Amino acid sequence: MTGKPYRLPETAARGSRIDRSRQISFSFDGARMTGFSGDTVASAVLAGGRRVMGRSFKYHRPRGLIGLGSEEMNALIGVGEGGRKEPNLRATQVELYDGLAATSQNRWPNLDFDIGIINNKFSRFLPGGFYYKTFMWPRSFWEKVYEPFIRNAAGLGEAAREHDPDTYEQMHVHVDVLVVGGGVSGIAAAQAAAASGKRVMLADENPVLGGVADISTGDIDGASQTDWVAARRAEFETSGNCHVLTRTTVVGHYHHNYVLAAERVCDHDPDLLAQGAPRHRLWKIRAGQIIVASGALERPIAFANNDRPGIMMASAARAMVERYATSPGMNGVIFTNNDDGYLTALKLHDAGVAVSRIIDVRKDVPSAIADAARNAGLNVQAGAAIAGVETTSGGKQITAVKIAPYSVGRGRVVNEERVDCDFVAVSGGYNPVVHLWCHNGGKLRFDDDIQSFRPDRHGDPIMVVGSANGNFDLKACVEEGFAGGETAAKALGGKAAKPANKPMVKAESAGPIEPIWFAPATGKYNEGNKHFIDFQNDVTAADLELAQREGYESVEHTKRYTTLGMATDQGKTSNINGLGIISDATGKRIPEIGTTTFRPPYTPYSFGAIAGTKTGELFLPVRRTAIYDWHRQQGANWEPVGQWRRAYCYPQAGETKQDAINREILAVRNKVGLLDASTLGKIEIKGPDAAKLLDLVYTNMFSTLKVGKARYGLMMSEMGFLMDDGVTVRLGDDHYLMHTTSGGADNIVAWLEEWLQTEWTSLKVFVTSVTEQWSQFAIAGPQARTVLDKLDTDIDLSAEAFEFMSYREGRLAGYPVRVFRISFSGELSYEIATPSGYGRGLWDALMQAGESEGITAYGTEALHVLRAEKGFIVIGDETDGTVTPHDVGMSWAVSKKKTDFIGKRSLEQAFLASEGRKQLVGLLTTDPQEVLPDGAYAVETVKSAPPMKMIGHVTSSYFSPTLQRSIAMALIEGGKGKMGETVSFPLEGGKTVEAVISSPVFLDAEGKRQNV
Amino acid sequence: MLIIQCPVCGAEGDETDFHCGGQAHIARPATSDPDNIADGEQRDYLFMRFNPKGLHFERWRCDRGCGKWFHAARDTVSLDFKAYYGITELPPADVMKQATGQWADFFKKATAGKPAVKEAAAKKIGAKATAARKTVPAKAKKS
Repeated sequence: MTGKPYRLPETAARGSRIDRSRQISFSFDGARMTGFSGDTVASAVLAGGRRVMGRSFKYHRPRGLIGLGSEEMNALIGVGEGGRKEPNLRATQVELYDGLAATSQNRWPNLDFDIGIINNKFSRFLPGGFYYKTFMWPRSFWEKVYEPFIRNAAGLGEAAREHDPDTYEQMHVHVDVLVVGGGVSGIAAAQAAAASGKRVMLADENPVLGGVADISTGDIDGASQTDWVAARRAEFETSGNCHVLTRTTVVGHYHHNYVLAAERVCDHDPDLLAQGAPRHRLWKIRAGQIIVASGALERPIAFANNDRPGIMMASAARAMVERYATSPGMNGVIFTNNDDGYLTALKLHDAGVAVSRIIDVRKDVPSAIADAARNAGLNVQAGAAIAGVETTSGGKQITAVKIAPYSVGRGRVVNEERVDCDFVAVSGGYNPVVHLWCHNGGKLRFDDDIQSFRPDRHGDPIMVVGSANGNFDLKACVEEGFAGGETAAKALGGKAAKPANKPMVKAESAGPIEPIWFAPATGKYNEGNKHFIDFQNDVTAADLELAQREGYESVEHTKRYTTLGMATDQGKTSNINGLGIISDATGKRIPEIGTTTFRPPYTPYSFGAIAGTKTGELFLPVRRTAIYDWHRQQGANWEPVGQWRRAYCYPQAGETKQDAINREILAVRNKVGLLDASTLGKIEIKGPDAAKLLDLVYTNMFSTLKVGKARYGLMMSEMGFLMDDGVTVRLGDDHYLMHTTSGGADNIVAWLEEWLQTEWTSLKVFVTSVTEQWSQFAIAGPQARTVLDKLDTDIDLSAEAFEFMSYREGRLAGYPVRVFRISFSGELSYEIATPSGYGRGLWDALMQAGESEGITAYGTEALHVLRAEKGFIVIGDETDGTVTPHDVGMSWAVSKKKTDFIGKRSLEQAFLASEGRKQLVGLLTTDPQEVLPDGAYAVETVKSAPPMKMIGHVTSSYFSPTLQRSIAMALIEGGKGKMGETVSFPLEGGKTVEAVISSPVFLDAEGKRQNV
Repeated sequence: MLIIQCPVCGAEGDETDFHCGGQAHIARPATSDPDNIADGEQRDYLFMRFNPKGLHFERWRCDRGCGKWFHAARDTVSLDFKAYYGITELPPADVMKQATGQWADFFKKATAGKPAVKEAAAKKIGAKATAARKTVPAKAKKS
């Protein structure tokens, strides 16, 4: 689109933010454009003559710039390439730099010709909540037709798919006073608080302080507002106790005055990024006192087709002119219901922009600024409203407005006057920005004078000043800000420093506002006339009225049914207008209707900022055993077990993972294997009441365990479900060593502590985690003893002297060791523990000693197959938090003698012993080479399509090289009574696998091999 | 992000340094009379909890600090902590009096006749913790 000269000439002396001597070249949708240093994408694109900057969400209507800053709802762009891409940025906030590549969103194939516009043609079928009524039939279309279509159509921007190469930072600070918002109120507050010596932080989302000071009238301390702002800024720099953050949005207020603020450090300057600065910085702030000076946002007026490019907020129009010397058009009109619209008219007129009419809904306009406008020769038309607009074909640019007389309660428009224009600056009044105030429970009340909600009570040390508090008078704003700073400082106590001088303000006061929630339209009501309320989600006045008619009357229902206020702008410009429509439709007053809940964040901020440095290697700590390097050198595949890295298998040259696993299993069954079991939880339990404690936490008896003996223990939760298991050894009368699962180690220590400190407080026993203090290995296989016998030791390892499930202490290969005859593989097995510092030394000694026996390191997968061949359960595979000891066939482990232990009473509940509970069984597939997938569902009857009644699932499934066939364990309803029955597993893709229910012990049911 | 203070070691930290253990003062039926527990009693012990709009009493653990469990009285509306007290204690009398609804009934029963556990003496929040803080550096110096 070729543009007319919308950049005001230098003679107009406008453009406070731009530097005309530095031209910047950027691209918008691939088209090369130029701007000046200081421009935003919005101002440069507008100056270049392009009006259409986006397509609306639902109807794909062409949209232009509407807002002033972060509340902008339609000019949403994506900036950056590859992993740096960020979508849904508001063009009004994106500062230009050389080479910036901006792309518009939600259009295909391009912005000027978007096939999505077809939605606008069919808008009659797409009102609010249409998807609750459509896409119902036929059902077969849900997955293959509707869902892909909706997924493609939904959403606005496109997220990056590559890894983000930039760094992000987080800072923690404690401040005395946090001032949110650097407009004149906030600056006055910071001035007062800092002068009294308090540590102050002032944050503003814009690149410069001042808020709307540069586009408002009135003097402070005899100087222009911008001069006063600059002087205060300079003071803050030198004061040493006032930290100013710009480009920083305070996104949320949380408990106990905790605040998050997102700083955009490098988005505006790629050079900074190249120098290694973090792209965004998240400030985590604890403030003694918070002063909210977040300002107010202008709201639009709902008239027919009020979304056309060229129609924008009046404050945005004058900001374009004042800050960027960009004219919103060649010839425009102002539409207003309050005095601020006149300020825009005058500013535009003074800059040389043609304003052909000021349309005011108020019948009487007596104030000084209206007179000033009239005196400047501007045409003021009172008691009138815009009834409609005319546009170029395709609705890409307005060409005229239609004006009709207006009075409250007037319905259809009959007489109208057509006025040429190419922009409309709308001012419907101002809404205090109350979001942050409400995040942690601040209350609001409706103020009839400003026709909006303003802050009321709050329980936290937080206050609100300025236009955020509903004061639009400059004097009131500055004075309230200053007083707030003084109050905050005083509330914190301490010695008061010399106070600053209160600023003196001179300003005109404004006239009253007349609310107008709906401007009647030309012609048949609503036929083709959309009165937009929420511009980002395309919610019209008709949608809100529909919601009322359909019974979604609560404001919470209306919001969700129509999606009013649910877009990325979170209703900043639509909430109040929406309430006005609902109020007109239902006859209820706005305060009766109420608002929906404001939640953080105020504006979107990046996941990068949220993650900070906790990415990549720093995401989670990695825990390694003393043997880690050896595993790595052997080319181990890693399995994460909690934060630990364990070797899954050790593929040798030419081996697949399955080859390696099979080799390792067979080595343990036929020769000897060595496993690093250091990650298993180890807890020392010591004290006169150690035995009592164990009896309480395990299902079986441990007080009867003899010193030097080991016993497998089961642990339940208080609900009677299996929680952990492991072998516990009695080292002495008052000394036990408990083993837990690798994943359970830390949890079980905390569990034991909790019971000792909160329930059985009289027990005299300490529990200490020693998981990391000991390396522990399992040497397992028929040759295990042969290998150990080669090492120098003072322990008698013979079968007669050292029985299965017992313990010895001594030295092995020169290292101090605890040796347990425990077997998880079902083979002859010794678990050997040595202090971790000796771990690697002992491991190397064992590997060397076993060389001639063919000692083979085996990993966690081989371990799991070995135990499955023996029918041993794994907590977390065979259990899922709802499985009892009876379910897995371990009733023998549930003591009938003990009067009390954790989970006992719950286990006795009738339904936990009921018929039809899933029980642990083994499965032998009818095709022995077929390995069932983990988690496969067993069904009662196989049907051609779901639903089918499920009767259980596979909990573990492997190929057993020992048995040369697949094995699996499963939980099947009434499984114990179904031995020999065939059960079916329909798999994805249509195949059904059959298996015979068997005992879960596939090998050596008598347990002879571990007992040699 | 609550700020919590441990009454045992005196450490003050973000709630992420602590672990919330849910409702306080729940009696475990099996501890006192394991052979005589109705299904309903066990069910209530496992699942039924108070949900007051106002003063609530909770168990917390000083996870990243001393590792000790303690009790806290906290207002669920204002989120203010009103008192911290020991894991074997009942709340300070003045705080207990402010309890309403189910908590008020509970404390009435708990303090009726001879109290099973000692009430914590009414103190200002932080006084014990401040005292605890003062002793910590001294101990550190000795070692």
